[in-house]
Amino acid sequence: MRRAGSWATGIVAIAVSVVVFLVPFGFIFVTASKDASEASRLQFSWPTQWAFTENLTEVLTTRDGIVVRAFLNSTVLTVVSVAVMVVLAAMVGYLLQRRRSRLNPVVNFLVLAGLIVPPAVVPTIWVLQQTGLFKTMPGLILVEATFGLSFCILLFRAFVATIPRELDEAAIIDGAGPLRLFFAVILPLLRPVIITIVVVQAVNVFNDFTNPLYFLPGDENATVQLTLYNFQSQMVSQFNLLFMDILLITVPPLVMYIFFNRQIVAGMTSGAVKG
Amino acid sequence: MAEARPARRRRTAGSTSATQRSVYPSWFYLPAGVLYLVFFAVPTFASFWFSLTRWTLFDTEFIGLDNFIQFFAEPQLSQGFVNTLIYGFVTSAAKVVLGLALAVLLTSQLVGRGYLRSVVFFPVLVSTIGVGITFKALLDPFDGVVNTMLATLGIEGPGWFTDPNQALLTIAAVDVWKGLGIATLIYIAGIVAIPQEYYEAARVDGAGRWQQFRSITLPLVQPATATVIILSLIGGLRSFDLIWATTGGGPGFTSDVIGSVIYKQYQAGFYGLSTAGNVILFLVVTAIMVPVSLLLNRKEVDR
Repeated sequence: MRRAGSWATGIVAIAVSVVVFLVPFGFIFVTASKDASEASRLQFSWPTQWAFTENLTEVLTTRDGIVVRAFLNSTVLTVVSVAVMVVLAAMVGYLLQRRRSRLNPVVNFLVLAGLIVPPAVVPTIWVLQQTGLFKTMPGLILVEATFGLSFCILLFRAFVATIPRELDEAAIIDGAGPLRLFFAVILPLLRPVIITIVVVQAVNVFNDFTNPLYFLPGDENATVQLTLYNFQSQMVSQFNLLFMDILLITVPPLVMYIFFNRQIVAGMTSGAVKG
Repeated sequence: MAEARPARRRRTAGSTSATQRSVYPSWFYLPAGVLYLVFFAVPTFASFWFSLTRWTLFDTEFIGLDNFIQFFAEPQLSQGFVNTLIYGFVTSAAKVVLGLALAVLLTSQLVGRGYLRSVVFFPVLVSTIGVGITFKALLDPFDGVVNTMLATLGIEGPGWFTDPNQALLTIAAVDVWKGLGIATLIYIAGIVAIPQEYYEAARVDGAGRWQQFRSITLPLVQPATATVIILSLIGGLRSFDLIWATTGGGPGFTSDVIGSVIYKQYQAGFYGLSTAGNVILFLVVTAIMVPVSLLLNRKEVDR
C-alpha cells in the first residue's frame, strides 16, 4: 500500500518536473537548432530543419567574434578574481579562527556587513575613476573579488576550526614561520573547502551581470552576460542565434555541476544545519 | 549566522598571547582589508554624502534631502520602493513554502529522487539573463508556449510580463523557479540532520504523517528556515538583473524595483539621485534584515 503510493507520488513528481524544469531547457535547445524563421514562431517543437552547426558558427563569428572574445574576458575575470578572493579570504578566515583578539568582533561585524549591505554603485564607480580602474578588467576583477570575500571568509573560518591546533604547534616547533605555516601547512589542508568555494564563486562571477554592466561597459571588454544582454536587442528576429548564445553560456556551469555536484551543494547549503 | 561556537580556552605552551601574535600575525588581515576598505567601505560611506548632492562625477552641489524627497514624491520612483518590498516578501515566502514541501518530498522514499534533486537545482546555475530571455519567449502573450498550451485547453492566457498588474508577480515567479533549488537543498540538509529516532518514537506513539511533520520536522528545521529566509530576502530585496532582462521595469514603471531605479537614474546622469536610491536600499535591507535575523536567532536559542 505505502509502496504503491510512493511510486505514484514519484511518477507525478517526475511528470511535473519535466514540464516545469525540463521544458524550458528543451526549449532553449530546440530553438537554438532551428532556422531563423522557424525559431521566430517560438514553438516548442522538434526542428523541421536542423541548423545547429550553422547557428553555432554564425554566433561565434558574428560581429568579428565578439562572443569568443567575451568568453575569453569572462574566463580571465572568473579565474583571477576567484583566485584573489580565495587566498585573501583564507588568510582572514584562518586568523579569525586561530587568534583571539579584540579585533575579532570588529572583523566579524564587517564580514556580516559585507554579506548584507548592497554595494553603493555610483560611489564605487567614483572610486574606480579616482584610481584609474574604471572600465578596465583589473578594476572589475578587484570589485568582484571584494564582493565575494565575506561569503568565503565565513566558509573558511568554519573549516579552519576543524584543523587541530596541535598541527600549528608542531610546525612552529619544527621551525616554520607564520608564512610557511599558513601556505605550506594550513592551505593544503583547506583543499575540500577551497574546491567548494572555487566552484560556487566561479559560477557566481561567470553568471554575474550587474557588476560588469556598471563597472566594465563597452564592447571590447564585454563579458558573456553583457553580450547576451546586448544580443537581445540586436537579434530581435534571430531567436535561433540568441538561444544558441544562451546554450553556449550555459555549458560551463553545466560542466562544473556535473563534475563538482557535491561541492556546489555543500557550499550553497552551508549554514543550514549549524545555523 | 553569528558565531555560536563556545570559545575554546586553551592554555598550552604555545598559545600565550605574545607567541600568538608572532605565529598568527595581524597583517594577514591587511590585503583583504585594503580591498574591502577601498572598494566596499569607502563607497558605502561616500554614498551617504553623495546622496545629499546634485552630482555629475566632476563636481557636487549640496542640496540636502532633496534627492530623498524627490524619490518619494515621484510615483515612478516610489513605486520601486513598494515593489521591492512586495518582491522580497513574495519570493522568500514562496521559497520557504515550496522549498520545504519539495525537501520533505525528496527526503521520503521516492522513485527518481536523485534525478529530481538535480533537476530542481540546475536552474540555480544558469545565467539570470539567459533565464530571463527564455521565459520572455515562453511567456510571450501571443506566440509563447505557455499561452498556446492554455489556448488549446480553452483558457485565455494572461499577458504575463506585458500586463501592468501581473508583470512584477510574473518576474517573482520566475525568480522562485530559478532560486528554488537552493532553498530545497538547504531544507534537505536540515531534514537529513534530524535524528531518525524521533520519527520512530513518534510512529510508535501513533503519530500520523502530518503530525510527524508538524511536531518534529517543522520545529527542527528552524535553522534551515532561518537560512532560507535570510538568503532569499537579501537576494530578493537587491534584485535587479532578472527584472532588467525581462521587463526593464515596465510596462511603464509597474515592475520597477529600487535596483532598477538606481540603474535608470545612473544612466540618465542623475548620480546623486541614483546614490540616494542606493542609500534607501541600504536602509530598507538593514531595517528588515536586522530584526529578522535577531528574531530567527532568538527562537533558536529559546529551544
